[in-house]
Amino acid sequence: MQVMTDLFARIFGDGLSSLGLLVAGGLTMALIMALVMASCAIVFTWAERKVAGFIQSRYGPMRVGRWHGVLQPVADMVKILGKEDIVPRDADKPLFMLAPFVIFVGSLMAWAAIPFAPGFIAADLDLGLFYIFAVSSAATIGILMAGWASNNKWSLYGAARGAAQAVSYEIPLALACIPVVMITGSLNMNDIVIAQQGGIWRWHFLHDPFLFVAFLLYFVASIAEVNRGPFDLPETESELVAGYHTEYTGMRFAFFFLAEYANLFLVSCVATAVFLGGWQPLFGPVFLPGLVFVIKAVLLVLLQMWLRWTLPRLRVDQLMHVCWKVMVPLALVCVLGAGIWMLATGQAG
Amino acid sequence: MSAQAIPILMVVGTAALLSLLFLGLSGWLGPYRPNSLKSTTYECGVPARSTVQIRFFVRFFLVALLFLLFDLETVFLYPWAILFRSMVAEGRAAFALGEMGAFVAVLVVGFVYVWKKGGLEWQ
Repeated sequence: MQVMTDLFARIFGDGLSSLGLLVAGGLTMALIMALVMASCAIVFTWAERKVAGFIQSRYGPMRVGRWHGVLQPVADMVKILGKEDIVPRDADKPLFMLAPFVIFVGSLMAWAAIPFAPGFIAADLDLGLFYIFAVSSAATIGILMAGWASNNKWSLYGAARGAAQAVSYEIPLALACIPVVMITGSLNMNDIVIAQQGGIWRWHFLHDPFLFVAFLLYFVASIAEVNRGPFDLPETESELVAGYHTEYTGMRFAFFFLAEYANLFLVSCVATAVFLGGWQPLFGPVFLPGLVFVIKAVLLVLLQMWLRWTLPRLRVDQLMHVCWKVMVPLALVCVLGAGIWMLATGQAG
Repeated sequence: MSAQAIPILMVVGTAALLSLLFLGLSGWLGPYRPNSLKSTTYECGVPARSTVQIRFFVRFFLVALLFLLFDLETVFLYPWAILFRSMVAEGRAAFALGEMGAFVAVLVVGFVYVWKKGGLEWQ
């Protein structure tokens, strides 16, 4: 945001008021974010199929685009654009049509507070981290809307499971970030990253043992939050066909798909910014901050893909057991432990 | 309305416009040939049996209740967490920690009760 408003200020000089600058900068950043989101979703669908292929001793897509099927996702997008948009007769039409938008817009909204580089953040909010949690829970509403409006048993079961899982894992997710807020004393994503300046030993996940556990808790909870394996119960293809988006076709289905991969990158970005030092390099001064940030986030995404294709799916009782009996108490202990650690060491940062 | 809200409005607007644009594009490029079979509810290829008025496992309701409690607790923890750093600097960290400990302890008592009652079992 700062980068863009400065740029516009330089181009237009005094021709734009401060409000105009804000609007222009915000609009540019929003377009960039949308572009980044769409392209990362496209790249990750290809990467996912490649990773899955290699893990299962096969190649994955190889035909489209000469080298290792790199153009496969583009071909898929074109194909999906040319598909019919079917609304089932029994569906609750307004809700059915609205649900993909809720999920897609909610996903992009959360992107607004990700600090990719110093000053390169669409909305530099004082409430940044909190805002991300708040907005990303819109996905739960979208899931419930889609499942309910489809008027299909698979969709409804998938939606109920998805919502139960998303709300359950939101607790450890939000609790795991509290120790970091205690250390930085701010919810502003920029401040949180700046507090981790000075090499890997200053990154929050190595701050003390409790924060390391909190990072692991966040990572596991974030996988469950975006409904990916081994926590992909809402869309178990072997029992629920496709879960809450069973009845969706064409572009509306693509919105669910896009949002899934966008959310995958989003939770990795939040983990990077909050625990892994954001744009701060391993050592030395800041260089190519955007690239450093993206590399860290992409490594986390690849780790999530590796987990998805390696671990078997959990049962629903195991899912709830892990969340409520292990992760929530552990997260509370982490908050308490981090507080005692700060008290004992007498230092705030 | 603060200046911080403007970029968010821009993002929402962009997202909504882009999704409408793509939907319009797909509506323009894609075919539209509805028929009665195509618009039936999908049920693995057989005609749909019974309605969607299915019974839900009561645990889903319990999870929602638990979520409400814990989510509110988390929301209350955040402002405290922001202030904690300055409390440490002022040497009042033990007080802050004790205060929040008491608040969380009330919830933990309830949590232990639910646990012992078997409210967390998914059976």
